[in-house]
Amino acid sequence: MNRFGWLYFPARLAWRQLVFDRTKLVAAICGVLFACVLVFMQLGFKDTLYASAASAPLKLDGDLFLMHKQSEAMWRPIQFKRSELMRVLGNPAVAEAYPLYLGLAPLKNIQTQAKRTLMVYGFDPDSLMFNVDSARNKHIELRLKDTVLFDEYSRPEFGPVRQLLEAGRNMTEINDYKVTIIGLFQLGVSFAADGNVVTSDLNFMRIFPRRNLDDIDMGMIRLNPGASVEHVQAELKSYLNEFVNVFTYEELLRHEKDYWANTAPIGFIFGFGTVMGWVVGLVIVYQILFTDIANHRNEFATLKAMGYEQGYFVRVVFASASFLAVLGFIPGYLLSLGLYNLAESQMYMPMPMLISKVITVFMFILSMCFMAGLLAIRKLKDADPADMF
Amino acid sequence: MSNVIEVDHLNFSFGSGTLTQPVLKDVTISLEEGEIVLITGPSGSGKTTFLTIIGGLRQALHGSVKVLGHQFINSNEQIKVKTRQQIGYIFQQHNLLKSLTALQNVCMTLEINTTMTEQQRYDRAAEMLIAVGLGDRLNYKPDQLSGGQRQRVSIARALVGQPKIILADEPTASLDKQSGYEAVSLLKCLAKESQTTILLVTHDYRILDIADRVVELEDGMIK
Ligand SMILES: Nc1ncnc2c1ncn2[C@@H]1O[C@H](COP(=O)(O)OP(=O)(O)OP(=O)(O)O)[C@@H](O)[C@H]1O
Ligand SMILES: [Mg+2]
Repeated sequence: MNRFGWLYFPARLAWRQLVFDRTKLVAAICGVLFACVLVFMQLGFKDTLYASAASAPLKLDGDLFLMHKQSEAMWRPIQFKRSELMRVLGNPAVAEAYPLYLGLAPLKNIQTQAKRTLMVYGFDPDSLMFNVDSARNKHIELRLKDTVLFDEYSRPEFGPVRQLLEAGRNMTEINDYKVTIIGLFQLGVSFAADGNVVTSDLNFMRIFPRRNLDDIDMGMIRLNPGASVEHVQAELKSYLNEFVNVFTYEELLRHEKDYWANTAPIGFIFGFGTVMGWVVGLVIVYQILFTDIANHRNEFATLKAMGYEQGYFVRVVFASASFLAVLGFIPGYLLSLGLYNLAESQMYMPMPMLISKVITVFMFILSMCFMAGLLAIRKLKDADPADMF
Repeated sequence: MSNVIEVDHLNFSFGSGTLTQPVLKDVTISLEEGEIVLITGPSGSGKTTFLTIIGGLRQALHGSVKVLGHQFINSNEQIKVKTRQQIGYIFQQHNLLKSLTALQNVCMTLEINTTMTEQQRYDRAAEMLIAVGLGDRLNYKPDQLSGGQRQRVSIARALVGQPKIILADEPTASLDKQSGYEAVSLLKCLAKESQTTILLVTHDYRILDIADRVVELEDGMIK
């Protein structure tokens, strides 16, 4: 048998046996499809979660960031003293340092009066803390009393704010405190907050009367041009109080992501779901391959008597497994594509079908089918040609 | 003339220890090239067991079994697999692959070890099926064929590889008188053309006349 026939003949036999029993084939494809969709959705949600977790820090325009050691994530910060942040100004490489105040508070829907919690960011408007043009352009207006900017990527439950603003209705309440929405900016929702609002540090204290300017949630530090971020970070760590973390921009992103991955069990839940999808798919494909071998026992034994070697049948089983992987993956991919769009429209978070994810899931499904094949080939032993006469 | 099958003092038993049940006792027989030998005998006399040993499907330990010059006693699997490829088998049940057409089933024999092209294989298989009178059923699946037709497909499958030996175990058992006789005559006719040795187990006394020699096995011994 030449090289081509080595794989081609068993693959062709596997294919002919698969298409012969259409109902069984459809059942098998459904099993793989199910596993495929499950894995796609779990990975999709997980990536979206991580991406959204980093959406706010991603827009922070600074070189170094201070956070309390016990702050697990930006949405649940532990406060520390503003004086601790101001000490960094003693370092000659530091150009400026600004406090960031964070708080969750209900915002009243202008139309329905329904309240829903969102994230309030308070900072000195002149710090241009957020790297979002529409927010920066409003920094003068933000200095005024009781003014806020609203994130237009917030969930629709807060109302059609853009249309309302155009219609001149810009008065609402945050934390039962009357404010005026003077404009929109773009950030995006996360698993922690359904929406976002930006305001000045002074307005933040009015919205949250129990907070004061001396207790800050985060500190943002900009360095003089040419200064080494790692170098300054090391210096600051050496003389700042040990209860603060000094993060670089990348470290802050990772800190936020790690919270969801490790501290909050959500990363685990999605990982678990992915593994479950794999196991369920494995069991289904194994069952199909196993009964298939059992049903073809006589045929395999006959072929063995005719002089086919064991390896041929192993290749038949693995070829079946590969066909099932591909046949289940294609509709699974298309269905997942639709579900991704549906999920995006429901969650208001981006859920892109990246090519890397497609490859990952395909490898996942292929490994699942191969594992099933590996478990099923034991059954080939039962095909004993001596029993055929 | 050379002997294609040489069996010398073959002993075989199932089980071990006190449960040992001797099935073949001191069997000695040889078959020449092109010879057609029928084995008959009462049920349980060891005919099928004998056939599976000749076919290299069952391992015997005592005596000598030489098939096409290869010693089967205490031989490795590799030699037996290679020898099997030169043997055509016809089973009591047709044992065709039910997901394949008649033509594809016959081709399975040619796909084991071949340098032929796909087209050549198809042509050979079709020729063989025409020879067994199934030229108009090439693309039928086994469950669309009658019992006799299926058995003829399996005869074509056994013969298409031009084997040196054909082993058949009650090939006519599931057929009626007429089609049983036709199938065996066909087998004889095609085998004689190519000097193929046939060892055929049967209970069917009406087909004894096709044989060059009839051997009777009783209680594991040749009478
Ligand atoms: N796999 C086996 N394990 C144990 N004993 C077996 C096995 N196969 C057959 N035997 C025994 O060996 C003896 C011979 O069986 P065999 O099948 O060779 O008979 P046979 O001559 O072909 O009979 P029949 O004409 O009914 O087909 C029987 O007594 C049977 O019980
Ligand atoms: Mg028998």
